[in-house]
Amino acid sequence: MKIGIPKEIHDAEKRVATTPDVAKQLIKLGFEILVESGAGEGSHFSDTAFTDAGVTVVEGAKKIWEGSDIIFKVRPPEFNSSLNSEEVDLLHEKQVIITFLWPAQNPDLLKKLAEKKVTALSMDSVPRISRAQKMDALSSMANIAGYRAVVEAAQHFGRFFTGQITAAGKIPPAKVMVIGAGVAGLAAIGAAKSMGAIVRAFDTRPEVKEQVESMNAEFLELDFEEEGSGTGGYAKVMSKEFIEAEMALFAEQAKEVDIIITTALIPGKPAPELIKEEMVVSMKDGSVIVDLAAEQGGNCKLSEAGIVKKVHGVSIIGYTDLPSRLAAQSSQLYGTNLRHLLTDMCKDKDGNITVDMEDEVVRGATVVKDGKITWPPPAPKLSASPPKPAEKPKDVKPSEVTEEKPSWLGPLVTFAVGGLVLLGLGSVAPASFMAHFTVFVLACFVGYMVIWNVTAALHTPLMSVTNAISSIIIIGAILQISSGESVIMWVAGFAVTITAINITGGFAVTRRMLEMFRK
Amino acid sequence: MSQGVVTASYVGATILFILALGGLSSPETSRRGNIYGITGMAIALIVTIASVTSNVEILIGGLLIGGSIGLVLAKRVQMTEMPELVAILHSLVGLAAVLVGFANFMDPARLEHYTGVELTIHDVETYLGILIGAVTFSGSVIAFGKLSGKIGGNPLLLPARHWFNLGLLIASIWLCSMFIDQSAVGGGLNPLLIMTGIALLFGIHMVMAIGGADMPVVISMLNSYSGWAAAATGFMLNNDLLIVTGALVGSSGAILSYIMCRAMNRKFLAVIAGGFGTTTGGSSTGSDVEQGEVIALEAPEVASLLNEAKEVMIIPGYGMAVAQAQHIVCELTKALRSKKVNVRFGIHPVAGRMPGHMNVLLAEAKVPYDIVYEMDEINDDFPNIDVSMVIGANDIVNPSALTDPNSPIAGMPVLECWKGKTTVVLKRSMATGYAGVQNPLFFEENTRMLFGDAKSSLDTVYKSL
Repeated sequence: MKIGIPKEIHDAEKRVATTPDVAKQLIKLGFEILVESGAGEGSHFSDTAFTDAGVTVVEGAKKIWEGSDIIFKVRPPEFNSSLNSEEVDLLHEKQVIITFLWPAQNPDLLKKLAEKKVTALSMDSVPRISRAQKMDALSSMANIAGYRAVVEAAQHFGRFFTGQITAAGKIPPAKVMVIGAGVAGLAAIGAAKSMGAIVRAFDTRPEVKEQVESMNAEFLELDFEEEGSGTGGYAKVMSKEFIEAEMALFAEQAKEVDIIITTALIPGKPAPELIKEEMVVSMKDGSVIVDLAAEQGGNCKLSEAGIVKKVHGVSIIGYTDLPSRLAAQSSQLYGTNLRHLLTDMCKDKDGNITVDMEDEVVRGATVVKDGKITWPPPAPKLSASPPKPAEKPKDVKPSEVTEEKPSWLGPLVTFAVGGLVLLGLGSVAPASFMAHFTVFVLACFVGYMVIWNVTAALHTPLMSVTNAISSIIIIGAILQISSGESVIMWVAGFAVTITAINITGGFAVTRRMLEMFRK
Repeated sequence: MSQGVVTASYVGATILFILALGGLSSPETSRRGNIYGITGMAIALIVTIASVTSNVEILIGGLLIGGSIGLVLAKRVQMTEMPELVAILHSLVGLAAVLVGFANFMDPARLEHYTGVELTIHDVETYLGILIGAVTFSGSVIAFGKLSGKIGGNPLLLPARHWFNLGLLIASIWLCSMFIDQSAVGGGLNPLLIMTGIALLFGIHMVMAIGGADMPVVISMLNSYSGWAAAATGFMLNNDLLIVTGALVGSSGAILSYIMCRAMNRKFLAVIAGGFGTTTGGSSTGSDVEQGEVIALEAPEVASLLNEAKEVMIIPGYGMAVAQAQHIVCELTKALRSKKVNVRFGIHPVAGRMPGHMNVLLAEAKVPYDIVYEMDEINDDFPNIDVSMVIGANDIVNPSALTDPNSPIAGMPVLECWKGKTTVVLKRSMATGYAGVQNPLFFEENTRMLFGDAKSSLDTVYKSL
């Protein structure tokens, strides 16, 4: 099958849906690749680089749309002014288009795609399950966006990130607050941290606390009990009380921090408003807010999609094209995501794809199948992490309790029974037996104390040495060997022989083993 | 030699034995401890031999023959065969206890020494000594057979085996009372012989019913029995040295069994009753659904993984012993350590076929013991580990022990290698471990499989480093 990659026409979009590296891999799978001339310009992949990789470079978008079976894109189809036509209208029946479609935000687009009787897979709808991580373009783009957000913030901040003590005085480190510790948030934390800033992070999902702390950032916690984890590893809408507590925390932090990076998104809903105007007012002059949710309405009311605004002395960055600002890398990652998805759909590696609706990943990504809208998919079966980790300890607890309960009764009964047995024995047994018995019991205790001190590494030598010394039974045989009766003598003689094997064998092999234990 | 001197020497020997066991608390002191043990044994032997009045030539002959056989055995044995050696040595102690018991019973002087209650007690002691000895003997022989592969490792489960065991127990109690009655009038050989037969049968049946993975428990249990046999013989002979030594060995074995059982989260009685997973099996099949695809790697890729790693954890299992891969593991470790990779070993208590088996193998290959850690010491470190290499282990790294309450190995502490960045599993095929449980670890997305014989795979890895 032929895969066609037209040049992205969205304003300032520099990414391209495949790179020469990825194309090579796709060709190995049996596909033929057509790339529009100049498609890779923005991300610094020249036409020659594509040709060298075995790609056919085609002049003009029209040929691409007409001549290929599968279309790879980054942005959803839109109006192509140079062709004076909607990109959707360029599609023909049975064609497959794979790109970001944002089906929840673009219902009209879905309808149009359905009318054209095509199959459309949306990269943002790939379910978030472990198997599909390699195709999760949202994560790979978010990762880049998070990193770039810090770089943009640094650009507009006008001060050091790291703290320094110089001869000319002390430079305090910048304080960064990251709201939403998803992939983008974590990438931002990592980038800000490595530039030397003090980083704090907040998220409604308590399970990310560990991840935040693993990056040496401080996790801000609310004194409030509510689980913020929705399905698929995303956050859900929180209660009113929770949001109030959250707002109080942000208002307090806003006075202190220099940079706020917000990444809070709830799938299929406008972004929650987290930074109110009065918080912006309370921030220090020269502070920066990077609103990664600007495209979905923004976490800060004042942010405007696509531009940097200066309000109350605070630069509010609302860029929506952060991944595109690192075009080469984001193209490479996005292209690889696409390739993984295609590998999944091309099981025979013969250059043909099947849209298998039984496959959980393909089912999730497919939003239009042969002219029928198949979005939204049935709910994903598994959350990325167990939904309620709190349940586990509950299961464990009862068994612990039942084990603990008899702990005071247990020894009492044991002691009582043991005492009675001892008394009973003492009342019938002769004194000589009791003397031996005393020795026996004491020896058991000594053994108990000594053996617990033996290190686990030496358990095998312990067994061989106890083996050797338990051959002390030889003494019994030796004492019997002087017997006048020849049967006893021979039996004892045989016993001596075999225990002698044991003594020398046990000690010698123990010695051999212990010699090996060297530092 | 006066009785006082003999007793004093025995006290000395006892102390030396305790010191020998105490020395094993660390590798540094252990070699000295072994010398204490040898000294103690020598003292005990010399004073006892000094009191021998006749038939010295047979005694010396027996000692020399037995001693040299023992030395040859100890020299020749492969470290991977240690469990077999230990098992067969246990059987000798058991056999000796039986022989000494019979010899003691046949001594006509017995009836002159003891009368009334004392005779009864003496008879019970003899009886118990022979019983425990016989169980130890036949059990150890079967354990040896299973370990060396002469007998199949699968548990043999008779239909009514618990009733069978109970029947044998009742029969031996009944025979005991018969034996006491008859021995008072000078007879009793028949009940004693029948009981010996029953005890032998019991030993065979007990070990036959235990699966291969439970071998560490069996070995330590037999170790314990050999001690109790010696203690019972000590009671019979009124000899405190035997009693003390027997009690030391007995409690040592018992503690080892306990540690092994705890490491598998199994009740001691359940192990002894035999049949791994028979009570909970079947219900685990539900978890088989949740499989995925495994990601297989080639040896050079593993080598590059190791080259890039900073923290490597090696988790050996019985498969390493089978493949005799410990030496190449050590070479690999040396090569990585010279590249400033922090290589450590994580040992599960029941890895291998006897307690401490892995440690001995690694020590043989000259892996420094201070980078070999117990499970409890390193289990929390896994999140910092870049590459965990699982060599021939399966059940001890099975995450379903913690996650799946229906799994036959549920609740067993395991090495949590899946918390590390990457896990490489060396395995011959996708077969399950001894517990017969599928291992979800293989399907984790950060797990890579390296199929093939551990030794040759590691050879290739080493060459590509």
